[in-house]
Formats: sequence, C-alpha cells, structure tokens
Amino acid sequence: MMPVSAFRIFFQTGAWMILAFLVLPLLVVIPVSLTDTSYIGLPKEHLSMQHYVNYFSDTEWLHATWSSIWIGLVVASCAAVLGTAFAIGCWFLSDRASAIARWILITPILVPPVVQSLGFYRFWVQLGLIDTSLGVILAHTLLALPYVSISVFAALVNLDRNIPRAARSLGASVWQTVLAVVVPAAKPGILTGFVFAFIVSFDEIVGVLFITVRRVTTLPKKIWEGIQDNIDPTIAAVATLLVLLTLLITAITALRRTS
Amino acid sequence: MGRLNEKVSYWMLVAPALTIMIVFYILPVLGIWEIAFTEPTTGVDNFVKMAESSAVKTSFVLTFRVAAITTLGCLLLGYIVAYSISNFANKFTPLMLALVILPFWVSVLIRSFSWIVLLGRSGLVNDTLRDTGIIDSPLRLMHNEFGVLIAMIHVMLPFAILPMMTNMRGISDAYVKAARGLGASEWTAFWNVYFPQTIPGVMSGALLVFVLSLGFYVTPALLGGGRVLMISEYITYQIQEFLNWGLGSALSVGLLVATALVLLIASRFINLRSALLERK
Repeated sequence: MMPVSAFRIFFQTGAWMILAFLVLPLLVVIPVSLTDTSYIGLPKEHLSMQHYVNYFSDTEWLHATWSSIWIGLVVASCAAVLGTAFAIGCWFLSDRASAIARWILITPILVPPVVQSLGFYRFWVQLGLIDTSLGVILAHTLLALPYVSISVFAALVNLDRNIPRAARSLGASVWQTVLAVVVPAAKPGILTGFVFAFIVSFDEIVGVLFITVRRVTTLPKKIWEGIQDNIDPTIAAVATLLVLLTLLITAITALRRTS
Repeated sequence: MGRLNEKVSYWMLVAPALTIMIVFYILPVLGIWEIAFTEPTTGVDNFVKMAESSAVKTSFVLTFRVAAITTLGCLLLGYIVAYSISNFANKFTPLMLALVILPFWVSVLIRSFSWIVLLGRSGLVNDTLRDTGIIDSPLRLMHNEFGVLIAMIHVMLPFAILPMMTNMRGISDAYVKAARGLGASEWTAFWNVYFPQTIPGVMSGALLVFVLSLGFYVTPALLGGGRVLMISEYITYQIQEFLNWGLGSALSVGLLVATALVLLIASRFINLRSALLERK
C-alpha cells in the first residue's frame, strides 16, 4: 500500500466537503418543517406537526399533489410508448435521416424553458388548450420524449444486430421481431425512460406557469405561488416529504443493487 | 416486399414521436421568430429596440457572466468529486455515487427553496451568525448575484460530475502508473498525464452546464428577487408585466441564437454526439 499522500487527502476530503455542500442544503427543510412558528425558521419552543396537518387537510395542496401524480403517470406512459417506438425505429434505420430525427427529438433539452413556454402559450391559445390538463400533458410529453429516446437508445447499444436479423430470416415479421426481440432488450431503458419522464413532468414549472391559469394547478405551481406570495412553512413540510421520499427510493434502489 | 418495405415499417415507428415534436414543439418555437419580426409592426423594430436598450445589454452580460462563473465553479468542484469517485475505490464509493445522484431527483424548485431558507434575511445562516454574536445586522446573502451563483452551482453540479465520471471510467491507470514508475511525483503524474486525458469529459460537462445556465429561470428568479435579471426573467417581465410580446420574442430569439452559437463553437472542440445525443 502507498502511504496516504497530501494529494490523496486533498481529493478525498475535498470530495466529501463538496458532497456535503450538495446534500446538506436539501436537509434544512426538515427542521424548518417542524417549526412551531407560523413563518419559516427553526423551531422556537418545541417541535410541531402543525404544518404537516395543514398540508394533509388543505384540499388545494392535496388536489395539486394528485394532479401532479396523475398527469405525471399519463405523461410517462405516453412518452414511454412514443419514445420507445421512435428509438427502436431509429436503431433499425441507423442512417443519416434517422440521426437528424434523433437530433430533432432532443431539442427540448437545449431550448431555454422560457422560450419554449412562450411557444406553447401562443399555440395552445389557438388550440384552446390553455388551462386544460390535456394541454399540460401534451407539453410535458414533448419535454419528456428526449429522455425516453436517449435511455432506450442507450439500452439498445448492446443489442447484437444479428439477433433481429436471425428472427427475420426465420420468418418473423418486422412487427413480431420488434415486439419479441427488440422490446425485451430495450426494457431497462424503457423503465429508466418512464421514471425520467414522470420526474420531468412532476417537477416541471415554467411551462405550467405559462399555459395554466386557475383551473389546473400542479404541485410545483402551488409551491411556486407559495414562495412568491407568503413563505408559509407548509412548503417546508411538502419539501420534506418529497426529499424523504427521494432518499427512501434512492436507498432502496442502492440496496437492491448491492445485494 | 423487400428492403424498401422494411424501411417504411421502421419509419412508421419513428413517425408518431417525430410528428408531434415537429408540429407541437418545433413549429411553436419557430413561431416565436415570426412574432419577433411582426409584432407590433412588421420589420426589425424589435431588434433595433433590443440593440439600443442598455437594460437588455446589461441583462445579456449578466446572463453570460452568471453562466460562466457557474460553469467554472461546477467544473472545479465537480472534478474533485468525479476524480475521487473514479480513482479511490473503497467501501464508501457507492455512497458517494448515491449522494451525487440524489439531488438530481429533488426538483430545482425545492433545491432553490432550501437556499432561500438558508440565505434569507432571517434565514438559517443569518440567524445562526446573529445568535452566536458574530454579526449584529443580517448579511445580504440573497437577492443578489452571490445568492444566485451559489444556488446555481448547487443545482448544476451533478450535470458537471456525471459526464466527467463517464469519461474517467474509460481511462486506463497504466499511464499514470508508468509515469510514477519513471519517477514523476503524484501531482506531476496527475497534471501532465491524467488531466489531459480527462479534457473531453470536462468539456462535455462545461457545455452542458453552460447551455443550461444560459436559459435558466427558476433559480435566478427565486434567489435574485427581481434584482438579478437574467435574460429568461427579463423575457417573462416583458411579457407578463408589459404584455410586450414583440420585444419578449425578440429577446427569446436572441437567447436561442446565443445558445446555438455556443453549441456551434463547442462542436469544434467537443463531439456533440457523445456529449448530448448519447449522454448516459
């Protein structure tokens, strides 16, 4: 073994300090959510669950949460189906035209959120989609497609092109080959894409601010309005629930991977 | 039957996603260009107004400065993390990796909110400093560029770390070992042998962070408190407060062109295909 050098100490301690910078700020919402005051701050006299009670008894918060969940699930399903078909088609084609198609599909990653939201707004007005769930679902599906297409394509990189070829020469039709050979190989990518698509929709805020008014409210919009108007500790309670949920899911996936 | 027929089937798989993307996304974004040249009058008035406005110039300069500083900060901090994870494997490596990924799953909105809680006038940092008697009056930690930068670096850091890690995973340790065997110190071997091999990863990370920062809205809007007007927020101001669609659209075109230029310049140094299209 090499002796522990200054070089190593620099990188190791540096890395842990930076990771602390990355993660600790996420945890500050936990003590704040338990405050007994009616403003954002640390608990003064004792811990209180009042802001959680408030969240779970406020129909607006619950309604916004539910909207975000079901819209996210619909978006993830639509994006997963469309994006998977797209990526599989491009994988088979693998020519110049399909490469251009793939670039077109990832433009939402590169266009600034405000700019694309202006575009949505103007077009959605013409289509009568402003302030409708359908309008939000359509916008979010478009924003989620790049992630599905990228992750499905990444899963297909390892698939040997001779395998679908063999299926075809043994008499399977194009569609049978796609469904029985390629889709199973793409499954991990589809699953990752589905999760990504859900998160994209669940967290999306700028588009929703532009294309919804009053009727449709999602969780991020409610949080955004809460931060703008009055910083109410209920936001900290919601944030804590989301952070803890994320921690739990990350821990479970990490444990499942190691075992 | 035959190859042509087969190709048609594959295009039928591609078509639905491609069509809705072109009809409902690409065309509306191009529609912004049309508005910029037609509202309120046809011509380049909006662009003339934009070029003459000192507020617009200030906003563009600010946007590029914030994006540049965020990128530098993320590269520096991200490199240290990526290097440690990739080169010092031990039982904590999976934990470190999880800590990098974790913030990715927490929304930008919540992460920005956390920084408001920390940096506000009566935020946790100011309260703690006052309670311990270090300061008398609260420090101004947000509603200025400092607050925006610290939160931006926090939000963007994982975007810098992941491409660098992907790149470092593919680097063989044989070269550094050879350099060390020939008598180079650890620092020399790192700087002259290892670091040059990581440049592609650094560049991909830089591109991603810079492009995303240029158009960022949520964090600057929340931490800037209306005092750090980056272009995206300036656009929403024009449209929501003044209903000035012409100027707002012209600014959007400006932002799109700026982003495209950055990508164009980057494509001379980076393989955009692996940085964006085949990003893992």
